[in-house]
Amino acid sequence: MSAAEDRLRRESARNGWLLSLPSLILLFVAASGPLLIVVVYSFLSPGQHGNVIWEFSTEGWVGILWSKDIFSEEWMLADAHLAIFWRSLWLSFLTTGFTFIVGFPTAWFIATRPPKERALWLFLITIPFWTNLLIRTYAINEVLRKEGLMNTVLMGLGVTDTPIEVLYTQTAIFIGMTYVYLPLMVLPLFAAIDRFDMRLLEAGYDLYASRWQVLRRVILPIVKPGIIAGSILVFVPSLGAYVTPRVLGGGKQMMIGNFIELQFLQGKNWPLGAALSMLLLVIVMAALLVYVRYANKGSSHG
Amino acid sequence: MAERAFHVARLPGFATTAIIVFVALYLPIFTLVAYSFNASTSLAVWGGFSLDWYAKAWDNQQVKDATLRSLIIASFAAVISTTVATMAALGTTRRQAFKGQTLIYVAINQPLMVPEIVTAVALMIVFGLIKVWLTSIGMGGLTTGLGYLILAHSAFCIPFAYLPIRARLEGMDLTLETAAADLYASPWQTFRRVTLPLLAPGMIAGAMLAFVISLDDVVITEFVKSGGQDTLPTYMLGQMRRQLTPEINAVSTMLLGLTVVLLTAFFLLTRKKT
Repeated sequence: MSAAEDRLRRESARNGWLLSLPSLILLFVAASGPLLIVVVYSFLSPGQHGNVIWEFSTEGWVGILWSKDIFSEEWMLADAHLAIFWRSLWLSFLTTGFTFIVGFPTAWFIATRPPKERALWLFLITIPFWTNLLIRTYAINEVLRKEGLMNTVLMGLGVTDTPIEVLYTQTAIFIGMTYVYLPLMVLPLFAAIDRFDMRLLEAGYDLYASRWQVLRRVILPIVKPGIIAGSILVFVPSLGAYVTPRVLGGGKQMMIGNFIELQFLQGKNWPLGAALSMLLLVIVMAALLVYVRYANKGSSHG
Repeated sequence: MAERAFHVARLPGFATTAIIVFVALYLPIFTLVAYSFNASTSLAVWGGFSLDWYAKAWDNQQVKDATLRSLIIASFAAVISTTVATMAALGTTRRQAFKGQTLIYVAINQPLMVPEIVTAVALMIVFGLIKVWLTSIGMGGLTTGLGYLILAHSAFCIPFAYLPIRARLEGMDLTLETAAADLYASPWQTFRRVTLPLLAPGMIAGAMLAFVISLDDVVITEFVKSGGQDTLPTYMLGQMRRQLTPEINAVSTMLLGLTVVLLTAFFLLTRKKT
């Protein structure tokens, strides 16, 4: 490489950095930087009415799993916390699984439409994705409530005489999360199926495979990167969900996001809230690393 | 029933499932919209068509204030994030890959990766510290105002503004700029007269996405706002704890309408010409 070329190249890199700088500063001030302070806060002592006392303590982290008995001052396993973690994980897995079960046929359906129609169907999936999460959750609230659409229809059909009370249960949160996160499953699945070579199906059928065998042995292994991408895109926001469990769980059925809010806005225990936030962040980052690994693998197949 | 032709891509039950999914996706939203026109106070009984709830929402000072606040924040956030995102897009495309470029991508997309509740908590702590510090140096006047919300919104809107702009830049023809340079245009003239007009649809699309994202935000706003700074979504969230009337449906429908209009415009702008 000549000296002139080298100089040009360095100049280009410098300009690249300079142009990106305003974004980077803004993001550091109001997005990434504050996360570092949360780490610091997780190692401080809780204040009387919220906030912190600037004394080192690991009680925030210990408090994730154990809580101090008020009388004996003994540390005991916190069953209430475990119940919240378990609920968050279980509901997130359930949501991921169910969005896949209904999302896969939907993505397949869109991908096998004539090219002209395809854009329209995709648009129909994308619109709910971009509309306000709160409004969509509220819409589900209206469907599920005692005198709502679901009960009106069920009672009209004579399936039940008394309204089924689903609202403010885990089932309601599960239905709500499935509803709001479904597009996040369908879109990557569609992208994977869209690249799928349909001639492989012919080959499979020519070799006397049944539909089930073709689905299991040919389609699913090839679209696997899309399945993993969709699963993580649904799992990650489900685990950190705040609005959906609040509106559909009615404050009783807390998930990690609501538990974190409780520590801060109700002024319970800021270090514990900070530690919980970091824990959530670590789990989400781990899931995203898996995603990046598979996403790269997927693109190398073309 | 006549036997259907064997079609390789057809899998039993898939089309039915898909149609059910599409119906299930839209039915709740349509119900919500329908009940905003309900004459009865109940969310359950249909009492005939009426626009009363829209009139009530319109007369509600809290709704008016929250709407205005939402629009101000979203406008500022859209302009700021689109400006910095355009610069970043120019910096990270159409040049030889340079050291640290991946780092810039990761930093820009960071708001998409971190759970909102975590960012919300982090901002609440940091802005709280800044406010304490400002008061201690006698600048307590700066502890209120929409600046904090605008700053927070501008940051998390950056990746949404960046993506369409970058996509537009990558699809642009470099030869036009080379031609301008050959005709003795200065780099600034080239940028102003050639690059910018070509880039404009991408920037408008980016700004619209940023606007929609800012308008819809609940979690971060809920933690960052000070008392009496409700935006439309946080106002609605607060109302959902109380007895609900179709007024919330009317407000939702208006917000929904605005979003759909902006999104349709976005899709028309970014649509690939065939």
